[in-house]
Amino acid sequence: MSMNNWEVVIGIETHAQLSTQSKIFSGASTAFGAEPNTQACAVDLALPGVLPVLNRGAVDCAIKFGLAIGAEVAAKSVFARKNYFYPDLPKGYQISQFELPVVVGGKLTIQVGQGENLREKTVNLTRAHLEEDAGKSLHEDFHGKSGIDLNRAGTPLLEIVTEPDMRSSAEAVAYARALHALVRWIGICDGNMQEGSFRCDANVSVRRPGQPLGTRREIKNLNSFRFMQQAIDYEVQWQIAEIEDGRAIQQATVLFDPDTGETRMMRSKEDAHDYRYFPDPDLLPLIISPDWIERTRKTMPELPEAKKQRFVADYGLSAYDAAALTGSLEIADFYEATVSAAGKPSAKPCANWVMVDLAARLNKDDKEFGQSPVSAKQLGGLVARIADNTISNNIAKKVFEALWNGEGSSADEIIEKQGLKQITDTGAIEALIDEVLAANAAMVAEFKAGKEKAFNALVGQAMKATKGKANPQQVNELLKKKLA
Amino acid sequence: MSLTPEQVRRVAHLARIEISDAEVQTTLGHLNGIFALIEAMQAVDTKGIEPMAHAQDVAQRLRADHATEPNQREAFQAVAPETEAGLYLVPKVIE
Repeated sequence: MSMNNWEVVIGIETHAQLSTQSKIFSGASTAFGAEPNTQACAVDLALPGVLPVLNRGAVDCAIKFGLAIGAEVAAKSVFARKNYFYPDLPKGYQISQFELPVVVGGKLTIQVGQGENLREKTVNLTRAHLEEDAGKSLHEDFHGKSGIDLNRAGTPLLEIVTEPDMRSSAEAVAYARALHALVRWIGICDGNMQEGSFRCDANVSVRRPGQPLGTRREIKNLNSFRFMQQAIDYEVQWQIAEIEDGRAIQQATVLFDPDTGETRMMRSKEDAHDYRYFPDPDLLPLIISPDWIERTRKTMPELPEAKKQRFVADYGLSAYDAAALTGSLEIADFYEATVSAAGKPSAKPCANWVMVDLAARLNKDDKEFGQSPVSAKQLGGLVARIADNTISNNIAKKVFEALWNGEGSSADEIIEKQGLKQITDTGAIEALIDEVLAANAAMVAEFKAGKEKAFNALVGQAMKATKGKANPQQVNELLKKKLA
Repeated sequence: MSLTPEQVRRVAHLARIEISDAEVQTTLGHLNGIFALIEAMQAVDTKGIEPMAHAQDVAQRLRADHATEPNQREAFQAVAPETEAGLYLVPKVIE
């Protein structure tokens, strides 16, 4: 079997849990981790006589998302009932949107690949609609029964649907990451995948290039980027093998098992749900005025794409660096705060310190930018001392580590306290070099006899004598002069 | 348009309503009667008229995003058939 002559087609549906205080149709809290059923009110329980009242905050989130992806925010959208029976859905239907969703169209730019193979691609979005989440069923042993926790029932979700635009698992993951970064960037979803705040379904099919779309299978509930990649790769191989063995793909819903790395069928087309959607008579059409959209636009942060372009224009960064520094709002804010402390001429070294030194150190301790023990102001202060030659890059790494360990409140304090200031006084360095030369007469003789290596050894000795605090280039020059 | 007994059984299954063969026949008659009404309505010329999602032509009212509902689990669970560890217990379901 080979991937040659097969084209992979992927579309993604994402459920993003919206960061509201209360539920989409009731005043119950949405805080995560509460005792079972303590945040499930009469509306969430579907007690007789209750009526849903739409949460303005959830609509705000949908408008923000529509604006962020350049979509049409529908002036009028309609809530519909999606009917199915399951114990964690007390009403017997989920309130969703069907024919008239709140967000129509839009696109998202994604970065695929790394380094030289990095390329941009645009993924078109079909729609995004508001809906409520269901509760949770717990199938552990309750004397042969299932336990139902309705705290999650009624939590607002934005379901975001793409066109079948992705052509590999790498593109699918790049899209999911870009979407994940965007919903957090505009503050509509916390993106916590462990807690289920951001979950993806992938519709996967294969075809011969130029042929009509193949039959798709839907992989449900992918809650990590790694699983998404593994699940799609497995599914693609499986579908190609089936077709090459002469079997047709049957439309189905499948689940990914992280333990085996395989997808397995959950239900076939015959068992597919017939949801019998119809407009919910309990809810009137949602009308969004142009004024509401404009007011929302004014509250939005600068978007990743715009910020990226500004970083290139204002700070002279490469497109690659600008993309990395706008990977999340946290990183971008951290970077700009660092530059503001270090001074704009140091924008490029600031980028390196944030992306390379700090990122590696955070990674080592499994920390996020928001948890960095070294603040942007401290890091900027450190970069400023490199820029004005107070310390060398090597010493700076030492100072950085000291800042990380809380040995001082600023780079200046640590440099002062630990005596790390670079020696720039030529006279002082010359005195040290004279000592080194006197103490290493043998090396000097070797150098004079034509051994180039001896020179490097002398530089090393001189640097050691200055405890690394001299400018290596300056030491080099002075040494050359003395030995000439 | 008229329904078949098979379609009536499918709709009943989707609605989780148990239905006897005799009831299939009566229900078939009722549903076909409703379809006849719909057909009569479809004779009305609705060209150029935007479909309404609700009988009232007004907009949805919205509430501010505040958590206002207190925990009333005890009261709610007092009338539940069976509960344990704060959960509602139901016949085992695994999809």
